[in-house]
Amino acid sequence: MAKRVGRYTLRMENKPSIVGYAAICGKKEGQGPLSQFFDKIYEDTTLGESSWEKAESRLQTEAVTTALRKARLQADGVDYIFAGDLLNQCISSTFGLRSLDIPFLGQYGACSTMAQTLALSSIFVDSGAARRCVAVTSSHFCTAERQFRFPLEYGGQRTPTAQWTVTGSGAAVVDQEGTGPYVQAVTIGRIVDLGIKDAANMGAAMAPAAATTLLDFFHDTGTKPEDYDLILTGDLGQIGSDLLYDLTQREGVSIGSKHKDCGLLIFDRQSQDVHAGGSGCGCAGSVLCSYILNQVREGTLKNILFMATGALMSTTSSQQGESIPGVAHLVQIKSRG
Amino acid sequence: MNQPTPKEYAKMAQQASPATKSWKNIPLAFLVGGLICTIGQLFFNLYRYAGLEEQDARGAVSVTLIGLGALLTALKVYDNIAKHAGAGTLVPITGFSNAIVSPAIEFKSEGFVMGIGAKMFTIAGPVLVYGISAAALYGLILFIFGLY
Repeated sequence: MAKRVGRYTLRMENKPSIVGYAAICGKKEGQGPLSQFFDKIYEDTTLGESSWEKAESRLQTEAVTTALRKARLQADGVDYIFAGDLLNQCISSTFGLRSLDIPFLGQYGACSTMAQTLALSSIFVDSGAARRCVAVTSSHFCTAERQFRFPLEYGGQRTPTAQWTVTGSGAAVVDQEGTGPYVQAVTIGRIVDLGIKDAANMGAAMAPAAATTLLDFFHDTGTKPEDYDLILTGDLGQIGSDLLYDLTQREGVSIGSKHKDCGLLIFDRQSQDVHAGGSGCGCAGSVLCSYILNQVREGTLKNILFMATGALMSTTSSQQGESIPGVAHLVQIKSRG
Repeated sequence: MNQPTPKEYAKMAQQASPATKSWKNIPLAFLVGGLICTIGQLFFNLYRYAGLEEQDARGAVSVTLIGLGALLTALKVYDNIAKHAGAGTLVPITGFSNAIVSPAIEFKSEGFVMGIGAKMFTIAGPVLVYGISAAALYGLILFIFGLY
């Protein structure tokens, strides 16, 4: 049974294990620095489907089935699936997972969804409420653009602070038993809003939430950045990462040497023209469930903090001139090696 | 946490955010926008040469440029030019064409009525509403002045 440590952190007692994981990505991600680590890369971003939404749903289906296959499990062995995405009413998750016949709990945490679903899966498994859970999330550049911004062919100019939504999905299977990476602790984040209104600068909107959760975790556990091999944020991009350093530095916590951001890892910012970096649920999901978990499994990374950040606005709130609330959830993952 | 105030944070965020490259964007917008106008002028001369009256030639030029904007949008070229040209492709009438054609393509998946029909003017709609309203208002002012 997970035990509360400090005000915000839960420590797992039974080492819920990540026994399988998979990342499925689109063409642009496949041209990036992490291409060799993805389980599958679709050169055709429609995935052969008739709509972008169907394509994104398919990404989730494939991520889950691939993760289950790698864990040598069937869908009927999974007690709960926690899933979410960026689309209205989370249709990528519901449509993508409807054929799997697994008890489903839809999640919305914007781009923090991978950490949110992984945290919930770990808590359920650790408590004994489930033997096995799946955490999954996705995003697709084309579905996100048409819902949040402009049509694909619209001739607009992106600002230097804008980020590029990753076309990808990441899924992780969390099991009571296992030999691979396991979840040690989770910190559920508070909503933090420091008044940023620019929807083309989400890194800046989310950085205060990231700083808050990270400092909460260090405070609760009495640890410091040097105790970890890696502090991995989801999609703060370059601007959000810089602001996270500034915000933690105000508290005397220096994370610069330990920090990496999935949004900066997945693309080559210069050659791939993604401005401030990658973003979207699928950014943190696909980077964690490939490149990063590989290293934890092999033991080259022994103790990491994975913290995905979400910008909790909608097109309605943005049009009404509201600021952008942010949230960040943290999952501590350790290797058994 | 020793959080900055929203005002302090706005300043921090502004410092961390790179500025738009105006030194590059403005000249490019000028050049591409100018080029589109030059193309328009070429068509105007061509239509005049072909025998159209000045007023008709102006209308024909607009139609041609709208058609070209729509064609380049459908060929997925317009947005790639606009990425560099910015206001240079947004302001001329080709930009207006792109603003109507791009949602028409995008929302085809929602059908001909609720997709193409309803969404076609999501971007250009406000331009039409306020453009036509302003034209009516100025027309009224001109009419009132004309009375005296």
